[in-house]
Amino acid sequence: MSNVPSELRYSDTHEWARLEDDGTIVIGITDHAQHLLGDLVFVELPDEGIELKGGDEAGVVESVKAASDFYSPITGEVVEVNEELQDSPALVNTDPYGDGWLFRIQPEDTSEFDALLDADAYNEQISEEE
Amino acid sequence: MSQTIFDKSTAGRHAGSQLPKLSEVQGDIPANLHRKTKPLLPEVSEMQTVRHYTQLSKKNFSIDTHFYPLGSCTMKYNPRGVHKAASMSEFLQRHPYQLESSSQGFLECIYELQEYLKDVTGMKGISLAPMAGSQGEFAGVAMIRAYHEARGDFERSEILVPDAAHGTNPASAVMCGYKVHEIPTGPEGDIDLEALKAAVGPKTAGIMLTNPSTLGVFERRIQEVSRIIHQAGGLLYYDGANLNAILGEVKPGDMGFDVMHLNLHKTFATPHGGGGPGAGPVAVGERLKPYLPLPMVTKEDNHYRWLTPEDCPNSIGRLSAFAGNTGILLRAYIYIRMLGRKGLKRVGEFSTLNANYLMAKLKQAGFTLAYPKRRASHEFIITINPEKKKLNVNAMDFAKRLLDYGFHAPTTYFPLLVPECLLIEPTETESKNELDAFVDALIKIRKEAETDPDLVRNAPHTMPVKRLDDVKAARELNLRWKSKD
Repeated sequence: MSNVPSELRYSDTHEWARLEDDGTIVIGITDHAQHLLGDLVFVELPDEGIELKGGDEAGVVESVKAASDFYSPITGEVVEVNEELQDSPALVNTDPYGDGWLFRIQPEDTSEFDALLDADAYNEQISEEE
Repeated sequence: MSQTIFDKSTAGRHAGSQLPKLSEVQGDIPANLHRKTKPLLPEVSEMQTVRHYTQLSKKNFSIDTHFYPLGSCTMKYNPRGVHKAASMSEFLQRHPYQLESSSQGFLECIYELQEYLKDVTGMKGISLAPMAGSQGEFAGVAMIRAYHEARGDFERSEILVPDAAHGTNPASAVMCGYKVHEIPTGPEGDIDLEALKAAVGPKTAGIMLTNPSTLGVFERRIQEVSRIIHQAGGLLYYDGANLNAILGEVKPGDMGFDVMHLNLHKTFATPHGGGGPGAGPVAVGERLKPYLPLPMVTKEDNHYRWLTPEDCPNSIGRLSAFAGNTGILLRAYIYIRMLGRKGLKRVGEFSTLNANYLMAKLKQAGFTLAYPKRRASHEFIITINPEKKKLNVNAMDFAKRLLDYGFHAPTTYFPLLVPECLLIEPTETESKNELDAFVDALIKIRKEAETDPDLVRNAPHTMPVKRLDDVKAARELNLRWKSKD
């Protein structure tokens, strides 16, 4: 059974989002997604400073099985990326909601965040997929 | 790891009877170009050498030793006669700079191969120059680009690719400067036409797809796909990876495709690469003919000659030195001549018959088909998801355990759309006995997964190596031997 923390929000493309105190939003991929992908060997992150629209491709995660795009669930400017992943992509597998975060975005407004799935809705989605 | 031949080296040992005479080696090379130090070579006896390489060859898991149902790769048997005929000294000794007048036989073979492949595919022009399927794809997309630009149409920036496609398709599109737009697949394996209609427009340069698709089913509404793309001003690219299934039955040209590549190592029994010499001819409809890459052979008054840049001013240019991998092209030519038109049709019939037989037997045995309502093409997918949920034994475990039973594993975890999948392609060259034995092995493995799951989870048990570290292999690729001296 995948770990789906109740304090996070989720996209139907398997990203999670966490609203920080400073108003930025941290994005990663879910435990369910990392489990499907298998051991990651490479992560291509977005450039800091670029503007993304909600639903835009933000980067690529590559595992021993597959290369897969990940998307930004939020419109805004990328203000930080997780440089640790260049050397240690496996952090996404071992700690998808912690050290394995992907990027931080300064949202245009937070209504997009509020519209994302909550943990119950995401849980329902992934159990349907299985 | 087993020892390399250098590990077996002892200073001063040699196989004297096999050494060439020094005078023959040096020939007329000037003395100042002779090397001063000995090359670093293993010093071993003749018998050590024979044993070393014989033992290595016994570790090969190949079509010559085992059933190899690696889906999407068409691992058919390559007839020895093809290799023998292509190895005639008249072919081997021919120099690429030899005059056309003394190469007429060779040029005739290449010309006829062009004609046969055009006939098989229903296309109007072809170049055999690309030296791999990937290069053929690159050439094909480059021609799509050249076509739009020649019309002054610079707005087309997108290539559509179904999500079931081979990974090379989006890669080729990006290499040619296009953005990739992914099109989803419907529940029965056909392309989602509504999504396609929503995606096409003035930015659409073309679509790349393979039919039958990597899901092992025929795209039933291909003519409608073709109409939608053409009406939007785009072109259709056919990935020839699955041509084996439709050989002699349906032609990509008749389905409305404008350009395609052929993987000679799949359909026409040339050796599968591993980085070795390959060939990925690219064939086109009327509209793209001016852009074909050079060189090509033409026939004028019973004389064969290479086409030059002056003959083809709009060509996208050259992709290879000389004429591509002509040794490989000759093998495909001989294979086609050996089988003939009827034989090629039987390839298509038997490859699909074998796949459908295997699919029916596995269904009977209780395995889960990914597309149970569809007839298989030359390959099909089963999913190990039910077994994984019930027994916690996954598709990779089944694949590894198959090696212990003397079968090469099917393709695992591809296509990505189907979880825990095995993509199985028996090819036309396997007998019913072999197919039945494969089904029996899968049934036995499932039994083991119920009674002794660790036996399956820890497989293989009989191979030279156990499970490899895929992550380390991907991140720290090390293919080079380095001397300790």
